[in-house]
Amino acid sequence: MKRIVALLMENQPGALSRVVGLFSQRGYNIESLIVAPTEDPSLSRLTMTTTGDEKVIEQITKQLNKLIDVVKVLDLGESDHVERELMLVKLGREEITNDDILKLDGRVVFENSDIVNIQFVGDSKNLDQIVKKLDSKNTLEIVRTGASGISSNTQTLTIK
Amino acid sequence: MRSLHEEGVELAFGYPGGAVLHIYDAIFNQDHVDHILVRHEQGAVHAADGYARASGKPGVAIVTSGPGATNAITGLATAYMDSTPVVVISGQVQSHLIGTDSFQETDMIGVSRPIVKHSFLVQKAEDIPSIVKKAFHIATTGRPGPVVIDIPKDLTDPAYTFPFDYPETVDIRSYSPEKHGSLEQIKKAVKLLLEAKNPVIYAGGGVIQDNASDELTSLARLLNFPVTNTLMGLGAYPGSDDQFLGMLGMHGTYEANMVMHNCDLILAVGARFDDRITNDPNKFSLNAKKIHIDIDPASLSKIIDIDVGIVGSAKECLNQIIKELEDDSHRIDGNKMSPWWDQIKIWKKAHGLNHGLLNSKPSNGKILPQQVIQSLYKETKGEAFVTSDVGQHQMFAAQYYFFDKPRQWINSGGLGTMGFGLPAAMGVQFAFPKADVACVTGEGSIQMCIQELSTCLQYGLPIKIINLNNAALGMVKQWQDMQYGGRHSSSTYEDSLPDFVALAESYGHVGIKVKNYEDLELAMKECFALKDRLVFLDVDVDPEEHVYPMLEAGMAMKHMRLTKETKSW
Repeated sequence: MKRIVALLMENQPGALSRVVGLFSQRGYNIESLIVAPTEDPSLSRLTMTTTGDEKVIEQITKQLNKLIDVVKVLDLGESDHVERELMLVKLGREEITNDDILKLDGRVVFENSDIVNIQFVGDSKNLDQIVKKLDSKNTLEIVRTGASGISSNTQTLTIK
Repeated sequence: MRSLHEEGVELAFGYPGGAVLHIYDAIFNQDHVDHILVRHEQGAVHAADGYARASGKPGVAIVTSGPGATNAITGLATAYMDSTPVVVISGQVQSHLIGTDSFQETDMIGVSRPIVKHSFLVQKAEDIPSIVKKAFHIATTGRPGPVVIDIPKDLTDPAYTFPFDYPETVDIRSYSPEKHGSLEQIKKAVKLLLEAKNPVIYAGGGVIQDNASDELTSLARLLNFPVTNTLMGLGAYPGSDDQFLGMLGMHGTYEANMVMHNCDLILAVGARFDDRITNDPNKFSLNAKKIHIDIDPASLSKIIDIDVGIVGSAKECLNQIIKELEDDSHRIDGNKMSPWWDQIKIWKKAHGLNHGLLNSKPSNGKILPQQVIQSLYKETKGEAFVTSDVGQHQMFAAQYYFFDKPRQWINSGGLGTMGFGLPAAMGVQFAFPKADVACVTGEGSIQMCIQELSTCLQYGLPIKIINLNNAALGMVKQWQDMQYGGRHSSSTYEDSLPDFVALAESYGHVGIKVKNYEDLELAMKECFALKDRLVFLDVDVDPEEHVYPMLEAGMAMKHMRLTKETKSW
């Protein structure tokens, strides 16, 4: 089962390596990982997609909570949430028409006579489908950020 | 050093080197914190660990960068697995050299990361007091554990000064361990305790760490429940008490393992259902409801699904339970336990450990290792601190020495570190200079930190080393006998062992050799009569002896080998 777990951690050296190290140390999977500073400069927000059954996810959140640098953990799979991921695709300019790009909900973010860079935003499944649809075309490069998420109820991952 | 003094540290074990020379100069210039020079950094951390386990106060070790730091790793891992409060201060190369592969540089924070509760890399000298304060707070509270403070050499330069202000309180926003158990959960637990017909209390090292032995004992007596302790929990409940079943698990007693398998309720306190206890978790105590009290939320339902989980300190939670029970005391019926106790007595009579061994001369003339432990128990009246290394001798000591008090039995249960016993005994002896401290070891383990005999001479530590010498790596050999057709691959070395008596003497200590059963008791007496000397008692024991009972791998707790020939099923 795929799950998104988000956490706030101290924005200081070593914090990220403790989180990532925990996953390898205890044999948990990381499918994707995003880290960025938050509006509070002392905190970073880390979002990861992981896999495991309920028991594994429970252990992951508990073990993460034990890390001194981790301030708060939220298992987004426990509640309704919105998931978004950004994907950038590079194709030869002749490979795709602007109409096709629009049909895929893509947006051209750069183009010249040789190539076109297209931006797609969606949940991960959505992006998987787009990748499939682009299969017949000669894509030069695909970059995905990994999923980020926010709960769609009043629950928040903040320290206020 | 001033921060350590402010923290109340009385002594630190360590070994100097380039990156900590400023610190060592500061040690020289003060007289609040005694420094104990060991002979290897592993010994320093084990000694600090032994000191912590015996005294309940945090242990401190100071090591230099590079090899000093990496030598401390086994000690840290040992402390981490057994959750003991140890603070290791490691020197680091100068700040501007970090990352350049400079001389004696190791990424200590990186190397130690998975085996510490937390670590700090000091980046400004001004941060030292607050980091030391936080380090001790983290090491000693919640589920205790080792903490590393890595300090680049330039940040200890005495030429740089700053206004010193040691914080009185600590505030770590992400760290506030629960002490009290949730009342709702406590009430649920009490209900189960009152309903149980065939209960057992399964208590581990957490009870000792949290000084909750009195509460555990009161609760067990109040309910007339049988108690079993883990290897780490021995002494949490009095070992010679009638309600005590002995240790459980891999080499636990027959009765303890049978009770665990057949009970209808397990009250687990400060224990973690690890693989040496449960055997196959899918076959573990299938008919029992499980209550689990632990300070670490991650311990609950980690391996075994539980019915009632209580997060909190053992002491607080047990007190809460006792209070609830006392409010409801008319519902306690100690007599209700009679049929259960009758059953337990039958198990104990059938296959309990043979405690009559001491007075029976072995038929082959060789001393049984268990007899040495019994002799030690008798000579020390059960009052000695006993440290051990890892292997058969450790299990024999756990089985045959009855620890009536917490912190009396000190061993590496989680990591299983050979070489732990002697340096740990040094730590214990420093914590209790007048107490009898015995290090039960084997000729394999003792050679892993034998260099500390020199430290013992320097500081006049009268440790008694009880060496169960079977001229083989006994536990390895036992497994090879049982599972590898008796092929003793690299587990014997009888032609190349040192003369331990001469070795002890060359370090300035007393050595005594025992070969015959008839000489054992007298030699043990002589050993402890030499109050001010370290004595190395080297006892030749029967090399064929195996540790039993032994859980059969992949099966339930009721499946035990009882002797070389007999099984429990």
